[in-house]
Amino acid sequence: MYVAVKGGERAILNSHELIAETRRGDTSVPEVSTRQISEQLGLAVDRVMAEGSIYDRDLAALAVKQAQGDLVEAIFLLRAYRTTLPRLAVSEPVDTAQMLVRRRVSAAYKDIPGGQVLGPTYDYTHRLLDFALAAEEGVGEPEAPVGEAPLDAGMPHVADILDYEGLIEPEIPDEDASEPFDLTREPMSFPADRDQRLQNLARGDEGFVLALGYSTQRGFGGTHPFAGEIRMGEVSVEIVPEELGFAIDIGDVVVSECHMINQFEGSAERPPQFTRGYGLSFGHNERKVMAMALVDRALRAREFGEAAVYPAQDEEFVLYHADNVEAAGFVSHLKLPHYVDFQAELGLIRKLRREFEERQQKDAAE
Amino acid sequence: MMRSTETAEANAARARWMGVLARATRDELESAWSTLAERPSYDMLRRPETGLVMVRGRAGGTGNPFNLGEMTVTRCAVRLPDGTTGTSYAAGRDQRKAELAAVFDALMQTGERMRIESGVITPIARRQQTDRDLKSRKAAATKVEFFTMVRGDNPK
Repeated sequence: MYVAVKGGERAILNSHELIAETRRGDTSVPEVSTRQISEQLGLAVDRVMAEGSIYDRDLAALAVKQAQGDLVEAIFLLRAYRTTLPRLAVSEPVDTAQMLVRRRVSAAYKDIPGGQVLGPTYDYTHRLLDFALAAEEGVGEPEAPVGEAPLDAGMPHVADILDYEGLIEPEIPDEDASEPFDLTREPMSFPADRDQRLQNLARGDEGFVLALGYSTQRGFGGTHPFAGEIRMGEVSVEIVPEELGFAIDIGDVVVSECHMINQFEGSAERPPQFTRGYGLSFGHNERKVMAMALVDRALRAREFGEAAVYPAQDEEFVLYHADNVEAAGFVSHLKLPHYVDFQAELGLIRKLRREFEERQQKDAAE
Repeated sequence: MMRSTETAEANAARARWMGVLARATRDELESAWSTLAERPSYDMLRRPETGLVMVRGRAGGTGNPFNLGEMTVTRCAVRLPDGTTGTSYAAGRDQRKAELAAVFDALMQTGERMRIESGVITPIARRQQTDRDLKSRKAAATKVEFFTMVRGDNPK
């Protein structure tokens, strides 16, 4: 029997009004603007762009405001908005060696061409709450020191140093490679190649990827890594419009990149070499790209003939669960009315109980 | 052969100013437009349209390409009365900016080129370079200057 359930409309409309009021908070406090969010909560915006998989600071800031700071909800909003836009082009691969570097460090080499550039990082702060930020008069207009000269233009990757000596597996494009897999157009497929895995990880949930990366460090799929290099800055995005037939820049995007150097592989034919794990993400998302590089390496188990026995090495487990829009959707769907299903379960358990009690009474009688 | 070299050079020159226009702010283009001695009329070949570009990276930075994520982009194409067409593609969703960038791209292919180059493109390019330099110099100020501690030979 189908029972139509009605009567929720008024409640839903009023709940929209209530969320609008709740989001606004105490009206004696000035309303926050999306511009303020974009400028002053920049790392939240960066995460939403990375996992929402659209680089647009204004849209991401709007999503953060609308979602009241719930970043997973904001990511969902951005993904939903995406479906309203046509795809106009595909870019040439960004060249991270030509980055306008704002931060670049290596834990493998002390002296690297271009130097160790700390940039804007919380790494060396004391992690003590800074009550100056809460002061009535605010922080004013802090100004960072300006170096005498800019950094070297075009900073080579640290991995190139090892590559030059042949001590790390080479990373060169395969001329015969097919068009990169695109998760926004094709369903997940297995076995997954590295292009599909990297796209999935780049937009995957930071918490999930972080926990998986952590698990590999704790022995659930050891990767023995060194942070060969971490860098963050602007790269230009180039497209070749059909009507022009030559490449043009459409602007710059901030990206974070991590090269992990991992322990050796080798065979009778191949000399022992370091292996690579790679992380790349929109925005300033260092924790994310480090974790991504760990998981990328773990997922290459098949390629290196390693037994894939731990969760981080299991590509179906990782790829199917990394997306927080899908994950949140499936967990959240449990909130939807399941009244009829539950009635069926109730009927079943009552019947089982009746049978159990009847059996017990019968046993007691005998 | 000669011809293809010329085309390549012309394309490179156009790509350079299109890159400058794509990175310009709307205010810069709007003020350049309003101070133009003669503002030409133009037709829309393609009204400003906002869409997405799929941005690619490379595995390991140098290997096979993969899809990193998308970015918003707005494009526009215009035609001047003499038939010259101008095109723009600019990151973001600013349709007015895309329109003005397309008009300036068209003007750069006409006899107005020298005037637009010195009055519009060069100042904007200079501002962009100054911004990049400043960002880089602020990063450079955070560069670690290692010194080696040797007993009896500490830095003074």
